[in-house]
Amino acid sequence: MKTFATYNIKGGVGKTATAVNLSYLAAHEGYRTLLWDLDPQGAASFLFRIRPRVKGGGKALIRGKRPMDDAIKATDFDNLDLLPADFTYRNLDLVLDAAKKPSRRLGSLLAPLSTEYDVIFLDCPPGISLLSESVLHAADMLLVPLIPTTLSVRTLDQLTEFIGSFDGSRPAILAFFSMIDRRKRLHREIAEQLPVERDDVAAAAIPALSLIERMSVERAPVTAMAPRSAAARRYGELWQEARELSKLPDPPAADI
Amino acid sequence: MQSVLRQFVVNGDDGAEPGEVLKLPGSAFAISEAARSGSLRRLWLDTFDWRLYRSGLTLEQISSRGSTDLTLTGRDGAILAADHGGNGPLKWPGGLDVLPLGPLRDQLGPVVGVRALLPVARAVSSVRESRVLNSDDKTIARITVDRMAVTYPAAGSAPPRVAVTALRGYQPQALRMVEQLAAVPGVGDGSASGLEVALAAVGRRPGDYSGKINVRLTPRMPASAAMAMVLTALLDTLEANVNGTVRDIDTEFLHDLRIAVRRTRSALKLAGDALPDGVAGRFRPEFKWLGDLTTPTRDLDVYLLGFPDMAASLVAATAEELEPFHDYLRRSRVAERRVLVRGLRSARFARLSVQWREALTATAAARTRPSVARLAASRIARAHRRVLRDGNAITATSPPESLHELRKRCKELRYLLEFFGSLYDPGEQWRAVRELKALQDCLGEFQDTQVQHEELRTFADQMMAERAAPAATLLAMGEIAAGLITRQRQARNEFAGRFRDFASPASQDRIRTLIGIAAA
Repeated sequence: MKTFATYNIKGGVGKTATAVNLSYLAAHEGYRTLLWDLDPQGAASFLFRIRPRVKGGGKALIRGKRPMDDAIKATDFDNLDLLPADFTYRNLDLVLDAAKKPSRRLGSLLAPLSTEYDVIFLDCPPGISLLSESVLHAADMLLVPLIPTTLSVRTLDQLTEFIGSFDGSRPAILAFFSMIDRRKRLHREIAEQLPVERDDVAAAAIPALSLIERMSVERAPVTAMAPRSAAARRYGELWQEARELSKLPDPPAADI
Repeated sequence: MQSVLRQFVVNGDDGAEPGEVLKLPGSAFAISEAARSGSLRRLWLDTFDWRLYRSGLTLEQISSRGSTDLTLTGRDGAILAADHGGNGPLKWPGGLDVLPLGPLRDQLGPVVGVRALLPVARAVSSVRESRVLNSDDKTIARITVDRMAVTYPAAGSAPPRVAVTALRGYQPQALRMVEQLAAVPGVGDGSASGLEVALAAVGRRPGDYSGKINVRLTPRMPASAAMAMVLTALLDTLEANVNGTVRDIDTEFLHDLRIAVRRTRSALKLAGDALPDGVAGRFRPEFKWLGDLTTPTRDLDVYLLGFPDMAASLVAATAEELEPFHDYLRRSRVAERRVLVRGLRSARFARLSVQWREALTATAAARTRPSVARLAASRIARAHRRVLRDGNAITATSPPESLHELRKRCKELRYLLEFFGSLYDPGEQWRAVRELKALQDCLGEFQDTQVQHEELRTFADQMMAERAAPAATLLAMGEIAAGLITRQRQARNEFAGRFRDFASPASQDRIRTLIGIAAA
């Protein structure tokens, strides 16, 4: 099982769109995939038409009082399940703070799912918190969407430095440019230059496209509703890069 | 992960979309147009005597878009083992060795035994999958509508089957929807398996063959009519096994055919006087001919079926040294089968079959005395007395022939208990047969080993004459002969104890009570 987390300290940079589309692509290739919508806003749950509610709230899940299994819901797509968001997730820091080894708690909750899933995506809320720290420890790979600005490159460096300070295993980092506005010269220059200079920045990049924004109207991943569109192709390229870098084995043979 | 929540059948469907057939008026749920569709070729396999079905198993081969899957399911529809057809399409009928090594073959082995798996039904399914949506337009369940056109054992079409599968996390909503669907006019329970549905579409049902005598007699029935029923059932069994014997699908067709002949001959001998005058006498020589026709091939089958164990039991010789003997048995079987097949295709056999049925049909209509209960009681009592008399006369010095004769008497008693079994309480009958069976097994082992020992000498002589017997092979055969004698002695030593059990006062009472109840 490989765990991918979409993470950025900033909000509105395309984390949820990435998690939703990449998890769909993984499932479509035959990987048994789970997406955990950790953001109390519940955008990923909304996109899959699943009500953002978990019985007992985040507290019951984090404390292990409610099995993860019970809360998981199937999406409309084969091989893709979702652990919905819940408004109580906004208090997860408090719950984690009360737990033993809070930064490892998420990882230990996910471990039993390894027989059931090949791929897990964690869609994180923005910010730096105990929850995000726990996510960084649980993930095998961080997918970091960047708006092509000088400041966002600085944020990536800070994140890399922070992860460098971890004891034991550290997640791989794959940053990629998101919401590129081709009309802006700075966007174009940074998006072309940086992947050449740095190996932690993906060659694949996601442009700002209205089709991606339409996901919230259609309530479906763009990779499912318009698989041949430019947006879907870019997500496809990003997924291929992430898959290869994470050394994810081939998907299992079709189940009986 | 997802298992079928409920199955339905839809009556009065005319090939419309599932969404048109399955409407849920006033419901919060909607059924979408078919999202996926496809066609599957389905083939169900079982042994001729339905061993899988009787064990609650279903073996189905599904072919679609160039791939073939073989799936074994249990009573609740749970998948027990599967093969994804990596070795290409399999040829049926065939024994277990047709299947690749693996869990599927391992699970089937103990149930199927030496029998071949053969197609019991074929159908082409046209499958459409729709989604059940809740008020958020979220899929909560999938509905597949399966329209099956049955192509074998006859052509027919089954009513559309609807299977509802709940999506994970949506079971409560899906159950609510299922309740609504169950209340829709024209939608009925569809819990029968695909095989049952396919066969029902052509007026058949699984498990409709058994080597057992399956007749329902009533005590006051005229003995002649009852005997006609029993003998007709035996003729049905005999005829049902001719095709499989001729095609050599597996060895048990011939075995069942022979048993039907043997039972018929015993019935004619022991209760033939219940039939109209002259009938038994007219047909007895014909059934003797038929029995004799089948003996040589069956004897060789017994040898060949036991060959692996025989080869494994060798201590001094090796299995390879026995191989020329194996070849000889196979060659002889080919030659003997030619004679057998010729006989089963002969005008004499066809005549026997037709004329015997005509005679039985005429007998069934006749109204004669006595009642079958009286006939059964007198014949079982007589056969029982004979077993006790002959068994008691056997001492440590008695020749083998006296044990062979006793075996015949035991078989006669056993057959009578089977012919008239439906007159008695099944539990009482089972207890009466249990001790008899233990005695029969012992006598069977004694005689079979002796016959095999004698045959082995004949085979050795013939192989020598044909110059097909290397010295090492003859030595290996000698070792097998010695093993047979050891087994025979063992059976002889066990005889006294087995007979004592059978002849015990309690056991005798059981037989008397059994037939007493029926005669009352």
